[in-house]
Amino acid sequence: MARPSNRTSLRIVIVGHVDHGKSTLVGRLFHDTGSLPEGKFEAIKAMSERRGMPFEWAFLMDALQAERDQGITIDTAQIQFKTEKRDYVIIDAPGHKEFLKNMVTGAASSEAALLLIDAAEGVQEQSRRHGYLLHLLGVKQVAVLVNKMDLVDYSADRFGAVAQEYRDYLHDLGVTPNCFVPISARSGDNIIELSRKMPWYQGRTVLGALDDFEPGAQPVELPLRLPVQDVYKFDERRIIAGRIEAGSLKVGDEVLFSPSNKTATVKSIETWRVPNPPADASAGMSVGITLTEQIFVERGEVVSHVKDAPIESNVFRARLFWLGQAPLLPGNRYTLKLNTSETEVTVQSIDKVIDTSDLSSAAADRVERNAVAEVVLRARGLLALDEHHRCAATGRFVLVEDFQPVGGGIISMEGYPDQRALVTRRATNLTAVGHRVSAAARSLRNGHKGGVMWFTGLSGAGKSTLALALEERLFAKGYHVYVLDGDNVRGGLNANLGFSPEDRAENIRRVGEVAALFSDAGFLVISSFISPYRSDRERARAAAPEAFHEIHIKASLAACEERDPKGLYRKARTGEIREFTGISSPYEEPGAPDLVVRTDLLAVEECLSELVTYVERKFAPDL
Amino acid sequence: MDHLDALEAESIHVLREAFAKLDKLAVLWSLGKDSNVVLWLVRKAFFGHVPLPVMHVDTGKKFKQMYDFRERYSREWNLKLIVEPCPPIEQMDPTLPPAARSAARKTAGLNAALAKHGFQGLIAGIRRDEEGTRAKERYFSPRGIDNRWNLKDQPPEFWNQYMTSFPPGTHVRVHPLLHWGEIDIWRYSQREGIPLIDLYFAKDGKRYRSLGDEDITFPVASNAATLDEIITELETTKVAERSGRAMDHEAEDAFERLRAEGYL
Ligand SMILES: Nc1nc2c(ncn2[C@@H]2O[C@H](COP(=O)(O)OP(=O)(O)OP(=O)(O)O)[C@@H](O)[C@H]2O)c(=O)[nH]1
Ligand SMILES: [Mg+2]
Repeated sequence: MARPSNRTSLRIVIVGHVDHGKSTLVGRLFHDTGSLPEGKFEAIKAMSERRGMPFEWAFLMDALQAERDQGITIDTAQIQFKTEKRDYVIIDAPGHKEFLKNMVTGAASSEAALLLIDAAEGVQEQSRRHGYLLHLLGVKQVAVLVNKMDLVDYSADRFGAVAQEYRDYLHDLGVTPNCFVPISARSGDNIIELSRKMPWYQGRTVLGALDDFEPGAQPVELPLRLPVQDVYKFDERRIIAGRIEAGSLKVGDEVLFSPSNKTATVKSIETWRVPNPPADASAGMSVGITLTEQIFVERGEVVSHVKDAPIESNVFRARLFWLGQAPLLPGNRYTLKLNTSETEVTVQSIDKVIDTSDLSSAAADRVERNAVAEVVLRARGLLALDEHHRCAATGRFVLVEDFQPVGGGIISMEGYPDQRALVTRRATNLTAVGHRVSAAARSLRNGHKGGVMWFTGLSGAGKSTLALALEERLFAKGYHVYVLDGDNVRGGLNANLGFSPEDRAENIRRVGEVAALFSDAGFLVISSFISPYRSDRERARAAAPEAFHEIHIKASLAACEERDPKGLYRKARTGEIREFTGISSPYEEPGAPDLVVRTDLLAVEECLSELVTYVERKFAPDL
Repeated sequence: MDHLDALEAESIHVLREAFAKLDKLAVLWSLGKDSNVVLWLVRKAFFGHVPLPVMHVDTGKKFKQMYDFRERYSREWNLKLIVEPCPPIEQMDPTLPPAARSAARKTAGLNAALAKHGFQGLIAGIRRDEEGTRAKERYFSPRGIDNRWNLKDQPPEFWNQYMTSFPPGTHVRVHPLLHWGEIDIWRYSQREGIPLIDLYFAKDGKRYRSLGDEDITFPVASNAATLDEIITELETTKVAERSGRAMDHEAEDAFERLRAEGYL
């Protein structure tokens, strides 16, 4: 058996000012640890000679012709590396200001950083900016390498001075570096063993500094955050897919979707080719879950537990780095990518721009490229988000303009409330305010109570026929009566819904709410929808609990198929229509309906008189 | 989660992003070990289904074993298989060195297939550890008009937010295996029981580490005849994976030029 690989890789980014020797260090490290592939050394030698330059270690990572010709790293490159202790991914970032976007690309996913400073040139603009960005990007472990010690005669004093200046800078940022190491990348000093040229230094080598870093753990202890990537209906399962960014979940958990504020219970965790389906899952895993209820949810929502839910707000504060060619201005609009959601946001204000060279800040009317600033962003609708210091993965975002990412930032809610409570309270208030006209007064004037006759049954069972006939009959008798019928509602109120299971559920939810309003207004509403799912009908009942009457308009499937007034069953049988209730998608019969009307046993007139009798009995005003 | 689980979870995330955001999307299937892992991950991501077309851009010069493999598994895995041809070698730039010229056919075939099917996204199983320009790739790599890769000015990509909208007339390459290493591919294939073409296993002291066209791909010296032996070999070898690919060695910039023009 080959040795199983459960060594996870630690991701290290190499940053620092342009030309301070980052790529050289990687080349040298590979060589000195015997990690170069066969023939690579000779190839680099040939490339260097072809360009008439001394051996250039940086050519291992600088693979583009333009990089080699100009002696500069343009884009981040990643390479795998291993020591006795563990596996690494080494990410070589460019130091030139022009390529800061590529430095961010490399650094954002790292767990630790090696920051290089040229001993002769000392601390430069990008040395500081990179240090600042590491902090902002959440890279917490840093080892500082003072390079090119050969150019300063391996002077302990010079090393001390450079190290002190940078230590002070990091200290002001609130960052404590793991160590400072004097090195010469080109000549291999203090890379894998202590150099005799610097007997005054007895600390870590570069290799030692690497092995001292701690791997970052998945945030399993934090509250659950599962941004919904997609909802799949490839087979009979309706699977909500996404990656758990924080926390964990298990089958049976009650979960909350934000910002829609819906709750449901986790029925299963779905997998493919796993012998025993798991009962729980945690941060870092890409999962799929099914729910016990059919609720309408879509990409962009965040799954959490009911307790410890994300914040809901349409406005937040951000510390952002700006990479756009054009400056960021107040009033500008961008696409906000936050978790799996995409929303348009407006820059409400720029509070300050931070000078990363001395950490001072000043008011400004714009944020220029490569600058860092604090801004307030506002969206139209509610967003589900976290403060970055509480949950990094759901507390950061990317801004996009004209197909390009133009900035990234981390969220703070300082001074802004969580609006979830507000939204919930507002809904309660509506009921609490109440009407000055009572239900009793309405029913007295109308001569009947308001209520919902909720017809459910298979397509072709006779719901519409009976609903319309009943409406006519009751109207003649002086009832305030109105039919809500499938196709009519879909033309307007629900015009944005299709026929996916989630859209159907949402269709019924809205009809339920509208029926409840009509009923409240004193009307007798007859709703005529297949409404095949029990949970949907239960929700409709919950919208008007006292006034809801579930009427099963019942005919056997065979009878309905025989009638087939719209030719739909035939199309369903040939597969022309998919997910047709009774044929290729379930109809859940009512467990305890208030009335069953057997249209396959009784004539229309008999059904009608049953219904009228029922209404007269149930909707008479209380005297 | 162990190392392979972490690699898998990341790839699945990338595949699901692509599927959610790109309307016309296809997976490229070269029949080699990497693209077989991609197909496997697609089935993991979509719970046993392959809900998008699988395209083989066929140079017509593959090994017989590869065609047999294609026939068998496109059926067994129930794939919506698209096979597109490559133009004849005579139509390729005659100033290119022979292997690069041969590789250019594949780019031309790919570009023609893109135009024919109007794909917005192509999923390809390249890895950063294969070669220097791939080490600089993005998970979502936009390609311009003419399908060119502007490798000197790639968009930033961070915090798992990918570029999933593009100007008309351009497309995106999606690279779900970017962070995998060669040895990871073998360990994962072993763990999951993913079928493989037998050319990868040593016969008479030779085996293929990378499979391309029959005339420009060469076997390496090896006695690794089983998965275990291959994994053990890779734990210590210093020979580069693509050393048997002629086109990588013809000139220092040969491969970069090929890739800028759209080669995988
Ligand atoms: N004398 C001396 N020169 C060095 C040392 N390390 C690197 N250099 C030289 O410094 C120059 C720049 O090195 P690179 O490794 O390309 O620098 P970099 O930090 O990767 O540069 P960018 O990626 O473009 O920001 C090259 O000519 C190296 O040979 C060193 O320790 N001593
Ligand atoms: Mg460099």
